[in-house]
Amino acid sequence: MRRATILSISGPVLRARCDDAFAMGEALRVGPRGLLGEVVRLVDDLLVAQVYEDTTGLKPGDALEGSGAPLSVRLGPALLGGVFDGLLRPLAGVLTGVDSPFITPGVRRPAGRRFAFAPLAAPGSVLAPGAPFGSVAGTRPQLCLVPPDAGGEVLDIAPAGEYADDAPVCRLRDATGATRELAMGHDWPVRRARPVACRLPADAPLLTGQRVLDALFPVALGGKAAIPGGFGTGKTVLLEALVKSCSADVIVYLGCGERGNEMAGALEEITALTDAKTGRPMAERTVIVANTSNMPVAAREASIYCAVTIAEFFRDQGLDVALMADSTSRWAEALREVSGRLGELPGEGGYPAYLGSRLAEFYERGGRARTLGGAIGSVTLLGSVSPQAGDFSEPVTSHTMRYVRSFWALDARRAQARFYPAIHPLQSYSEDAQAVAGWWGTVFAGLAGAAVAEDGNEWEVLRRRVLTLLDEEARLERMARIVGKDALQPRQRLTLLCAEVVGEAFLRQSALSPNDRFCGPERQALMLRMLGRFLDLADATVARGATPEAIAALPVLRPLQRMGEDIAEGEREAFAALEAVMAAQFAGLLAAGETAVEEPKGGGGHASAA
Amino acid sequence: MRPRLSVEGAARRLEGPLLFLRRTVEVGYNEAVEVAGGDGVVRLGRVASVDEETIVVELLEGASGLDLPATTVRFPGEPLHFGVGPGLLGRVFDGVGRPLDGGAPLPVARRLRIDGLALNPVARATPRDFIETGVTAIDLMNSLVRGQKLPLFSGGGLPHDRIAVAVARHARLRGAGAAGEHFAIVFAGIGVPHYTAEYFRRSLEDSGALGRAALFLNLAGDASTQRLLTPRFALTAAEYLAFVEERHVLVILTDMTAYCEALREVAGARGEVPARKGFPGFMYSDLASLYERAGCVRGRRGTLTQLPILTMPSDDISHPVPDLSGYITEGQIVLSRSLDRAGVWPPIDVLPSLSRLMKAGTGAGFTDPDHPALASQLYASYAHAAQARLLASVVGEDGLSETDRRYLRFGVRFEHELIHQQAPRSLEQSMLCGWALLADLPRAELTRLSDAQIAAHLGAGPDPAAEAT
Ligand SMILES: Nc1ncnc2c1ncn2[C@@H]1O[C@H](COP(=O)(O)OP(=O)(O)O)[C@@H](O)[C@H]1O
Ligand SMILES: [Mg+2]
Repeated sequence: MRRATILSISGPVLRARCDDAFAMGEALRVGPRGLLGEVVRLVDDLLVAQVYEDTTGLKPGDALEGSGAPLSVRLGPALLGGVFDGLLRPLAGVLTGVDSPFITPGVRRPAGRRFAFAPLAAPGSVLAPGAPFGSVAGTRPQLCLVPPDAGGEVLDIAPAGEYADDAPVCRLRDATGATRELAMGHDWPVRRARPVACRLPADAPLLTGQRVLDALFPVALGGKAAIPGGFGTGKTVLLEALVKSCSADVIVYLGCGERGNEMAGALEEITALTDAKTGRPMAERTVIVANTSNMPVAAREASIYCAVTIAEFFRDQGLDVALMADSTSRWAEALREVSGRLGELPGEGGYPAYLGSRLAEFYERGGRARTLGGAIGSVTLLGSVSPQAGDFSEPVTSHTMRYVRSFWALDARRAQARFYPAIHPLQSYSEDAQAVAGWWGTVFAGLAGAAVAEDGNEWEVLRRRVLTLLDEEARLERMARIVGKDALQPRQRLTLLCAEVVGEAFLRQSALSPNDRFCGPERQALMLRMLGRFLDLADATVARGATPEAIAALPVLRPLQRMGEDIAEGEREAFAALEAVMAAQFAGLLAAGETAVEEPKGGGGHASAA
Repeated sequence: MRPRLSVEGAARRLEGPLLFLRRTVEVGYNEAVEVAGGDGVVRLGRVASVDEETIVVELLEGASGLDLPATTVRFPGEPLHFGVGPGLLGRVFDGVGRPLDGGAPLPVARRLRIDGLALNPVARATPRDFIETGVTAIDLMNSLVRGQKLPLFSGGGLPHDRIAVAVARHARLRGAGAAGEHFAIVFAGIGVPHYTAEYFRRSLEDSGALGRAALFLNLAGDASTQRLLTPRFALTAAEYLAFVEERHVLVILTDMTAYCEALREVAGARGEVPARKGFPGFMYSDLASLYERAGCVRGRRGTLTQLPILTMPSDDISHPVPDLSGYITEGQIVLSRSLDRAGVWPPIDVLPSLSRLMKAGTGAGFTDPDHPALASQLYASYAHAAQARLLASVVGEDGLSETDRRYLRFGVRFEHELIHQQAPRSLEQSMLCGWALLADLPRAELTRLSDAQIAAHLGAGPDPAAEAT
């Protein structure tokens, strides 16, 4: 065991004199309580360490021990369905005493849990790094992988049966003749990306169930998205909605420096939900890492690496994994705090100069890939950003923008009007739109009467149309602020009306509505198409002399704007019926002749069309 | 616990709130320190950092009056603790838990660390019990639930104290289950003027609530660094009342801006890298260590609800104090100077206000099934009214459409009839008021309400859109 003696302590950072040689990044046990720490700097026989737990009571002269290995986590069957702290120690049951609801420092990883193992290889066969050698039965079958740094001929392998996840079940002999024992789980250093055979381009979307995202600003499987927004703009609710309903196989949810009550609420909800695809509890596809804002700061810095390592581990099993990190800004702040204690030169906003490269490293760990074992898997990274004062020019947001492909900017004004999700359609973008256009084209092709145009498939055309409309709206609103709304041309007033309808009917989607919290691709396509139809009819009608105000007074506008709320998944006929009513009312408007302002039916403004 | 150590003549340097000692004893980081000067006054502090030669002590009750040779330092060998016990209620303490009311010392049942421990998120229960405060802008629009931390974002001269008192006085659960529960109020005055503290004390006394309140007072004239301790002593008492005595505790912390300024002062002296406006980079975590002490615990009956008050310097909500607070608390109630000038009481600007836990404690099974939709519609309509008002201020009312003019009128009524109130309202009264306002808008505009909700609450009246033509 390597030892050192503490010289000084300041917050989570300590200095010590080494009796033996330590390695950079080596994991440590510090002081009489054995707090977890990590070497961050070495100078001659001095080391500087950051400690991941409360350092209260540590004294100069206290000892610390090196583990001989970098900061690592145990990857294995015990992860799915679990709730862990920032260093991947289970929060349920273990970190608390028998009846204390509070976290006490210095807890070690619990002993192995038992799982049902079945071998997938026979003695004599040769296993490459990353190859599966066994499977774990259970509600969600998982694979036992040869660690990326191992491989060789199987000497022996345990028969099917129950074993602890840290007990050896397989023995390999590598080319040099060295043998290595494998358990169902293995350790991996969190700061090192797990290797893949090769990276693959994205070709399908991660479906979020949120219309504004899937249809306008999609993220691909293996993509990277950032959600910046001031406080209360909806970052957490959006990420939680994705945890509950996005199309990934496995979800890693990282609560990084955020609220305890929120975490408790999310835990409760996820436990209560069932996965529509498998009929199993949603919790079984989820791994939760919770480092709430009152838990130690340095562990917040490590938690993001633990979470992405877990995501990579499931990717290596050939799965599509989504990692939601709420919030990456808290991670950056932890970095800043430790950097300050190390006496490093502060850069912009007090953040260390390496903030950008650390963010780049993190986002680089996302992607779609062929795994070492030959399967195809992906890690999609979704991170919220909490810019101070809601200002997107601050360092964390601006650096993040350089490394993500989808940018979902949240807008305080929309949030104040309780227009959710408060995604600003003009500030947001997606570089994945092209990659997933083919996928969406197939969805539209699956509906009756798919349209084909020269400038792209139906999805691309409708998407472009909606984005252009919203762009135009912003321009006209600026104009109206100078000349007044009634000074606008009828066409311009129509544009404003159409943009409002698109906003209410399509962009707005309450995460709290039982019917509308999730919107599948087919329903999205039907709604998009309905709006396309509305735009066509409105254009044609105004071209033939009707006023935008007359269109605004059509009773069908109300059911149209509430279709997300009122028409459930799979109710194709309801959309068809609504479209028929809409067409009839536009026809009626024209038939009524050239009288500009139509008299709406008294009290019938809310007559249901369906 | 190690034996108490006492050293004399080790003090080498005094610099602002920091005392540098030669290290002659074994002392741990962050442990408590009692420093007595030649004047005999004992000041609390903590070990801010320690190395082989030097102990740096943060003096949390001011350094004035200390001199180097006569300074005696005692180390209790543990972090700061507060001895709490039955009999906390009805008492008035100074900012560090010493009785100010001339009463007997508090009988100690438990000694608790004032920093508290982090509540395991898995041990938390989701806060869901709706508290009726009598304030429409809160109950109807931004509901408060037990275990929530909901600050008032205010400014100098605005009536935040009066609102806090109104909430503390009226706060109750609705319906069955409300009876037979034990309430308590913990008030922490952090750098507040004497008259503010006195206002709270008298208001509690007048309403007969003083007997179930504990007051912790660090007044504007007291040592500024002591402000770092006052909320911690108060919250330690509150945790004892909530999780040991199983009471429902409402904690009022005022003024959190004074707290943050003290934090800036001490961190600055320690040479910490400042983030924004000189406030230290760790202020987010530090504030979280206070605000996160609100909550409910599985299997325990008591709850801890926080109502912090902070004054926004120059009414600027992007100032680091409200900004970081808003990132930690479960929403915010924002006061508006222009509403206050217009005579609206309480002058709550609902647009930037928010209650994040509203969704967990309102609606079917909690309040009224239509409560969330009504609030959402009122928000949408009032936001539209604000837009129309902005437009009208540039192009004049004549430049607006008929619908927009209707919204203008709605906005005025919203402020003067719904937000403004003379007496506390029940949630039912607040909701009736809301429906009445919506009745004046064209039905087609009410996209947040279902047909059934319109029929049930607005159905009888004529559609104003039809009237218009
Ligand atoms: N998509 C949504 N649907 C319904 N309500 C939402 C939605 N997004 C946010 N909200 C409301 O806004 C509040 C704040 O959202 P939250 O995600 O916690 O903000 P942030 O994490 O950005 O601070 C929530 O408590 C909820 O009431
Ligand atoms: Mg959040």
